[in-house]
Amino acid sequence: MTGQSAADTADSAAISATSLLRFATAGSVDDGKSTLVGRLLHDSKSVLSDQLAAVELASRNRGQEAPDLALLTDGLRAEREQGITIDVAYRYFATARRRFVLADTPGHVQYTRNMVTGASTAELAIILVDARNGVVEQTRRHAAVAALLRVPQVVLAVNKMDLVDYAEPVFAAIAAEFTRYAASLGVPEITPIPISALAGDNVVTPSATMDWYGGPTVLEHLETVPVAHDPSRDPARFPVQYVIRPQSAAHPDYRGYAGQIASGVLRVGERVTVAPSGRGSVITGIDALGQSVDVAWAPQSVTLSLADDLDISRGDLIAPADSAAPTSQDLTATVCHLHDRPLTPGARVLLKHTTRTVKAIVREIPSRLTLDDLSQHPEPGRLVANDIGRVVVRTAEPLPVDRYADSRATGSFLLIDPADGATLTAGMAGEAFADPSGGAEAADEDGWDF
Amino acid sequence: MKAALSITDEVGGPFALSHLDVLESEAVHIFREVAGEFERPVILFSGGKDSIVMLHLALKAFAPAPLPFALLHVDTGHNFPEVIAYRDAVVARHGLRLEVALVQDFIDRGELRERPDGTRNPLQTVPLLHAIDAHRFDAVFGGGRRDEEKARAKERVFSLRDEFGGWDPRRQRPELWQLYNGRHAPGEHVRVFPLSNWTELDVWQYIAREKIEIPAIYYAHHRDVFRRDGMWLAPGEWGGAKGAETVASRQVRYRTVGDMSCTGAVESSAETIEQIIAEIAASRLTERGATRADDKLSEAAMEDRKREGYF
Repeated sequence: MTGQSAADTADSAAISATSLLRFATAGSVDDGKSTLVGRLLHDSKSVLSDQLAAVELASRNRGQEAPDLALLTDGLRAEREQGITIDVAYRYFATARRRFVLADTPGHVQYTRNMVTGASTAELAIILVDARNGVVEQTRRHAAVAALLRVPQVVLAVNKMDLVDYAEPVFAAIAAEFTRYAASLGVPEITPIPISALAGDNVVTPSATMDWYGGPTVLEHLETVPVAHDPSRDPARFPVQYVIRPQSAAHPDYRGYAGQIASGVLRVGERVTVAPSGRGSVITGIDALGQSVDVAWAPQSVTLSLADDLDISRGDLIAPADSAAPTSQDLTATVCHLHDRPLTPGARVLLKHTTRTVKAIVREIPSRLTLDDLSQHPEPGRLVANDIGRVVVRTAEPLPVDRYADSRATGSFLLIDPADGATLTAGMAGEAFADPSGGAEAADEDGWDF
Repeated sequence: MKAALSITDEVGGPFALSHLDVLESEAVHIFREVAGEFERPVILFSGGKDSIVMLHLALKAFAPAPLPFALLHVDTGHNFPEVIAYRDAVVARHGLRLEVALVQDFIDRGELRERPDGTRNPLQTVPLLHAIDAHRFDAVFGGGRRDEEKARAKERVFSLRDEFGGWDPRRQRPELWQLYNGRHAPGEHVRVFPLSNWTELDVWQYIAREKIEIPAIYYAHHRDVFRRDGMWLAPGEWGGAKGAETVASRQVRYRTVGDMSCTGAVESSAETIEQIIAEIAASRLTERGATRADDKLSEAAMEDRKREGYF
């Protein structure tokens, strides 16, 4: 099937149901990221003639000779004028094999928060490097963000191979250095691919020049990488979003707990515990959007019925009785600060975790992390926009928070400014980086784990 | 070209979900979040396919209970009669509450002026904001998709609007994981886009999978049309052929349904949903580029109108 996917797409696009992969890109304008994304869309026949005509027109108006594929992905006027990308943009394309949602994030130093945002929902991240420069500080920053956000798959796209004579040793050295670094941060899967986005080598079409490379093109890898990990390995978590009570003649006693399964698998007959009350019951029915089923799993939206009439409301968490989430009012987490107003110890905030929002106080900010070299700065006194740091938070009510390492859905939270509702900070409970050996480690309350 | 709407082997494994299952669960999650966090949500419903899919998902999200939201239609007065008939039938069938804001009322009162080109889509903003204000709606569901247009690629699922309905790209909140922040001050409201991550093809596949009834004008039919600005337009109360434009009967269908004055038909013989999907999959034109004059206005047209409070 090598190289066939694009051609297949043009004429017999994915008409049947297929899988969906969410991925993110990181890299700067200089690395050719916009060109890579443009090439991916263009060569997979996802750019349609009217969009291409608009790009050609805009390129001509700027006095450019060839259509600038980067223009396909430039959204807002302010950016077009500045020639930069200032926010996360989402792009959509499909091949016969798979549907893709791409979070396209700018890679400039001050936009860490954008990559954090894009990576938060990504199952795969493509990190771009310029073959002439190799692994630079920014590359290490991108790898660190992917590792922090627990993105399971990382692709290293070594771009501009045409400018280093398509030399294998150049690629091999960069790939080895990056793989060593990302593995030390606990990134589980790393796939280096040599490409030229400008010339089109190994993006969609296999490179004729780099015959020494036997691996997949970027698109082939995106099409074939496993999408979801096995939910049966995770403890089930069901944050209640909404209680459905029709109280109608047809359904006088119906009471269903509506929500999206955040992790794991739920089965009819299973004994469950409700946090924070600690009360127990048994699942008597699962309604999967109109179908009565015996089993459901993440990320399905369902409605549960329980054997007992418990006092359950939005914000409660239903979990199996034998693997309930621990509840606590003290939370230690790694955060990325998102807002232009700094975060300081003593700040009174709202904390949004799954379907519950509670009052909270930022008790301490023990350290700030420099992503370039992973050095930590104790007691920074505050975090400003794009800072990554550790915080200790006290919540007004006990929350069933998992370690982010175990569950991205139930280990993540937002800090919100109660005054104007602004989203201030994105938080990940537990230790910052995975243990590269893959073993479990004890949470370290006041330091970084490497 | 096979048009089988079955789960392919690609989605194998005991816990696999198809892309439609994933998108459906995500949209339902968004509806339930809004129901849990807002006082007075409303769904913008035009009788077009995106709002039909939106309504279908919303009904699923709360079944067997009734829909906890009202519907709002900003009626330009230039709608296809088939679409208005469909709208009223759906409202009656599900016992829904429908509010209609009429552009014509605002023109009659002198609060809006007819544009020289006769297009009324840009006139929808004022009645929309007026209705939001009058009913104190705090969350407004729209069927906008991020794949539709470049400015929308950066739109949030929860998009904060100020008391003027304005959208400031620099005031939008970062959106991470599945954590949507709907906090807003009195007078402000949040636009919510449950179909953010859907594409045109996804919408059609879902309509097919769920066997959702849609207005007949989406299927190929014979209709009197004339050519203007590269589009096939249907004459109606809004106006018709001028000067050298000539009206003739052609077999056409609509890919989007908006205002008759600016929604063009495409020549098509697709009479079943499978044929429509096959046609779209092979199409070399994006949905709006082919059929919507209002998006062609300028490269930054949509961005400007969003800032003014349009969707």
